[in-house]
Amino acid sequence: MVRKDTKAMNWEPVIGLEVHIELKTKSKMFCRCSADYFGAEPNSHTCPICLGLPGALPKPNVESIKFVQKLGLALNCRIQLSSKFDRKNYFYPDLPKGFQISQYDKPFSINGHIEIKGQENLKRIRITRVHLEEDTGKLTHATINGRRVTLIDFNRSGVPLVEIVSEPEMSSSDEIKDYAQKLQQIVRYLGISDADMEKGSMRIEPNISLRRVGEKALPPYKIELKNINSFKFAQAAVEYEIERQAKILKSAKTPQQETRGWNEIKKQTVSQRSKELAHDYRYFPEPDLVPLSFKPQESIKLKSEMPELPHQKFKRLTLTYELSQYDAQILTRDIKVAEFFEEAVKIAKDHGLSPKEVANKIINKNINVKNTLPAQLIKILLESKKTEEIDDNKLTAIINSVLRENPKAVSDFTKGKETAIMFLAGQTLKRLKVKADPRLVIEKIKNILASSRKRKIES
Amino acid sequence: MSKVKSHKSPIRQAQGDPESIEGSKVKIDIDYVTKLANLNLTEKEKKTFEPQLEEILGYISKLSEVNTDKVEPIGHITGQENVTREDEAKPSLNQDEALTNAPKIYNGFFEVEAIFEENSPE
Amino acid sequence: MTGKLRMKNVDITNLTIKEASKLIASKQIKVKELVNLHLGRVKKLNGKLNAFITICEDQARHQAEKVDILIAQGQKLGPLAGIPFAVKDLFSTKGIKTTAGSKVLENYVPVYDATVISRLKNANAIIVGKTNLDAWGHGASGENSDFGPTHNPYNLKRVPGGSSSGSATAVASGSCLAATSTDTGGSTRQPASFCNLVGLKPTYGRVSRYGVIAMASSLDTMGHMTKTVYDNALILNITAGKDEFDSTASDGIVDNYAEHIDKGVKNIKIGLPKEYFDGLEPKIKAAILKALKILEKLGAKIVEVSLPHTEYGVAVYYIVQPAEVSSNLARYDGIRFGFGREMFGAEAKRRIILGTFTLSSGYYDAYYLKAMKVRRLIRDDFINVFEKVDVLICPVSPTLPFKIGEKNTNPLDMYLADIFTVNANLAGIPSLALPCGFIDDLPVGIQIIGPDFSEKLLYQVGYAYEQETKWYERTPKL
Repeated sequence: MVRKDTKAMNWEPVIGLEVHIELKTKSKMFCRCSADYFGAEPNSHTCPICLGLPGALPKPNVESIKFVQKLGLALNCRIQLSSKFDRKNYFYPDLPKGFQISQYDKPFSINGHIEIKGQENLKRIRITRVHLEEDTGKLTHATINGRRVTLIDFNRSGVPLVEIVSEPEMSSSDEIKDYAQKLQQIVRYLGISDADMEKGSMRIEPNISLRRVGEKALPPYKIELKNINSFKFAQAAVEYEIERQAKILKSAKTPQQETRGWNEIKKQTVSQRSKELAHDYRYFPEPDLVPLSFKPQESIKLKSEMPELPHQKFKRLTLTYELSQYDAQILTRDIKVAEFFEEAVKIAKDHGLSPKEVANKIINKNINVKNTLPAQLIKILLESKKTEEIDDNKLTAIINSVLRENPKAVSDFTKGKETAIMFLAGQTLKRLKVKADPRLVIEKIKNILASSRKRKIES
Repeated sequence: MSKVKSHKSPIRQAQGDPESIEGSKVKIDIDYVTKLANLNLTEKEKKTFEPQLEEILGYISKLSEVNTDKVEPIGHITGQENVTREDEAKPSLNQDEALTNAPKIYNGFFEVEAIFEENSPE
Repeated sequence: MTGKLRMKNVDITNLTIKEASKLIASKQIKVKELVNLHLGRVKKLNGKLNAFITICEDQARHQAEKVDILIAQGQKLGPLAGIPFAVKDLFSTKGIKTTAGSKVLENYVPVYDATVISRLKNANAIIVGKTNLDAWGHGASGENSDFGPTHNPYNLKRVPGGSSSGSATAVASGSCLAATSTDTGGSTRQPASFCNLVGLKPTYGRVSRYGVIAMASSLDTMGHMTKTVYDNALILNITAGKDEFDSTASDGIVDNYAEHIDKGVKNIKIGLPKEYFDGLEPKIKAAILKALKILEKLGAKIVEVSLPHTEYGVAVYYIVQPAEVSSNLARYDGIRFGFGREMFGAEAKRRIILGTFTLSSGYYDAYYLKAMKVRRLIRDDFINVFEKVDVLICPVSPTLPFKIGEKNTNPLDMYLADIFTVNANLAGIPSLALPCGFIDDLPVGIQIIGPDFSEKLLYQVGYAYEQETKWYERTPKL
C-alpha cells in the first residue's frame, strides 16, 4: 500500500535494508588483536593477520559465531547446520587483503523475520540471511601541504561484523526506521553489540526503488544508500530518494542503478562510486578456513541460553505487573530500564507500593537509570507519596474555602463557562505552598463541585 | 533483491553450455578482466597474453570430457571441520611495526593518493 | 675434546646433517666454524649459481656463536642445532628481507617469522640465506625470478627446476645442509629431482603454512630438501604439527620420522600407476624401472595399478591454482608494504588474469566448480588405489633438467612440466622425491606417493632404496 502522504503518487516504494553491526567480542574476527579500538591511536590495534601481511592466515573467533547464531535465533531464523566462509574479492584501500572474508551461499542463519509497525497492524518483514564477515579499515580524507590524500587506519580491520539482509518489503521511511530500531533493540538485548550508529558500530544501507502501485515484480533497478549515520538521516535520505526517483520515472526514464550517499548539509543524496564492476565479487570458498558444522542439539542448547527478548519481556511485564501496553512499551525499549524497573518492583513490594506506581515514577519523572539505584527510586517514591497524602486533605480544605469565597465563578462554571474553572484553580494553587499539578487541581475542583451538585439534587 | 545484470559480460562470443565450454570458443575480454584484477596492462602485454591464455583455456577445456553429473565438488582438502579459537585478545604490533614497510605514512596513518568517489559532488 | 680431533677442514660438499650433528655434539667442530665454511661456499658460488637473493652473514655468525655458547654450557640440543639452512624466499623471516622472488617485495622486511622458521630457530638451526625462486612460486625452472635465473650445479647451462630453484641449488652445491621449500604443484619435488636431492611434499596440513607467502592456499605445502632421506626425516620432526595460527594445520599426532627409518620394505606393496609410464621418455622410464627392481630385490611387491583421472590433473590445477593466486596476490597494492601492482612480472599477471577470469560472473560453474568436481575424482583415484597398495612409485618430471631459455617462451609447455607432480597436491597426499640415478650426467628422480599422513612409510621406503644406491654421494663438480 502506498502511503497517502507520499508525493510519489501512483508509485510505490520498494525498500530493503542491509544492516551491518560490529560485534562486541574481546578480540577481532580472525586474529587476537583487541576489537575495542574506538578512540585508539591509528594502527595501534593491528597484526600481520588484520593488516593482510604476506603469509598471514585467519583463525575464526568462536564467540563471534555464537553471537551471530544467537542473533539469527532472535530474528526467527533457521540456524544452518552446515556453514562456511567465502572470499569476496574486490579492491579498495581499506580492504588490506584485497578480499573480505564473508559468507556467500552458506550463511549462519537464513529465513527469519522482524515484526514492525505497519500502517494499521503489525507488519512482518522477512529476513533473508544473517551472516558474519570482517570489517574494513577506516579511511579519512585530508589535505596535507596542499596535497589531497587519503589516510588509512586499520584498527577496525578484522572486527567481526554481522550483516542482516531483509527482503525488499518495506514501503516507507517510517518502516525502515522502525525495522532498524527493532533490530538495534534486539542486538542490545542480546548484549552482542552497542549498535551505536554515531560511532559506526551499526550501519544501515537501505536499497530503494519504485514501482507502479499494484505491480508485483521488483523494479528493474535499485539504488543503494550508504554512509548514513543516524536513523534521522536514513529517513530523510529515503524520503529524498522516493521523490527523486518518482520525478525520473514520471519523465518516463529509469533511474540509473548506483550507490548514493547522504549529504546532510545539502539535504540530498549524492551519487557515489560507480558499481559497474563492484558486483563481480568472484566469491569462492575461503581455502584458509575449514567448514563449520553444527548439531541440532547445539542449536537447542543455544536457544535455551537465549536471554529474554524485547517482545517477550513486553508480554511478561504486561501480564505479571498488569501494566498498560503503553507503559510496558516504554519500559522495555531499553533493556537497562526494564531491568531497573523489575529491581525496583521487588523493593517496592516490601513497602506496599504497586508496580504501576513504580512504572509511573520511572516514566513520568524520566528517571536516568544509569545514575539512580532502584532503592533510591523507592525512597523518593515513598517520600513523595507521604507529602501527597497530606496535600490531599489540605487541598480539599483550600478548594472548599476558594469555592466559598468565589460564588460568582462557581455559578459561571455551573452555567457552562469552562474558563471559570481556570480562575478557581489559579486561586487554589496560589494558596497551596507546594507545587501541584494544575490538572490534578482542576480535576479535584470538578469532583467537589459535581458531588456538591449531586448532593443538592438528591436533597 | 532485484536481479540486475550490472556489468557487461566478460565473454565476446556465445557462452553455450557452461559445463562444456569449448576451448575454441572461449575469448577472454581482457580489458574487463584486467580492470577487475586491478592491473594495468600495456597493449603489448595484452596482445601477448590473449593468445597464451586462450591456448591454456583450450587445454583446460579437456575437462568437459569428464562426466561429473553425479560428482559433488570436493570440500576442504583436509576434511577437518570447526577449527576455531577462543575469544582472547593478545597484544598487537606497535604502531611503528605496523607502519615499518609502508612507502608513505602520515601521523600514524598509511597514506595514499586521495580516493575520489566517482561523480562525487566535490 | 682435544684439539687433535678437531676437523677444521671438513669436506662440506659431502656432509650430511647426521654427520655434522655428530661432529658438533662430539665437539670436533664448532658451529661457528661449520657456518663459516658454508658461508664461504655461499659467497664463492653465488655469482656462478645465483642461488641466494639474500645472504645472512651477520645474523648467521651471531646465531652460531649463541649455539656454541649453549653447547659450551652443556645444554642438550637437538639434531638440527647449528645446522646451516637456506630458506626459500617465500618464508617470512623477521628482520630479514623476504622478496618472493619479485620486485614487488624487493624491499619488504617482515615483522614476524613464519611458523616453520620459528620452529627451526627453536631447534637452533642457522639460517645462512634466503634462496632464489620463480617469483611467487610461479614456475618450474627458476627462470621466472625477478632476480635472475638460478643455475643447476650439475650443469650450469641447465635449470635447477622450480619454483624452489635456489633451495635446490644451495643444498646440491654444498652451500648449506638443508633448505626449506614449498610445493604447490611440484615446486619441491621437481627441483629436488633435477639436483639429485631428497625433497618432501608433506600431506596438506602436516606442516603449518603460517607466514609463508601464499601461492594457492588449498594446494600449498611446506617442504624441505636435503641430501639424504634420514636428514629429511629429522627436519619433518621439527616442522610438523599443529599450529594455533593455521586453521588448516592438522592436529594429528606427529611421528618420530627418523625412528625405525631402516625398517626395510619387506612385503611392502608398491603400485606402479600405468598412466605415469605411458609414453614416458625411455631413458627416464628405464631408470625408474631399475629402481623398482632394487626395491623388489629388497622384498617389496610391485603391482601395476591405474589412476584413471591422472591426465586431467594439469587442467584442474590450472583452474584452481590461478583462481587462488588471483585472490592471494590481491593484497599487493603497495600501500602497507612493497611496490605497486605494476611491478608484477608477466607470469604473475598471466595467472592473475586467468584466475580472475575463471572466477568471474558467469564462469565459476564452468571452471572452478567443474575443477573441484574433477579434483574429487582425482583424490578418489588415490583413495581407491591405496586400498590395494601401500605406496606408489612414479617419475617426478617428464624431462631431464632442460636448458635455460629452452621452455620459457610458451607458458603451456612450462605448465605441462608439472604433469607428474600436481596430482599429489590436488589430492592433498604426501610424496617424497629422491634421486634414482643419472642420465647423460644429469640427475633423475623418482617419487614415492602415499596416503594421507604416511610420511613415515615414505621415508622407510626411500631409505631402503637410498642405502642400496647412495646417489647422494655423487656431488657436482664446481
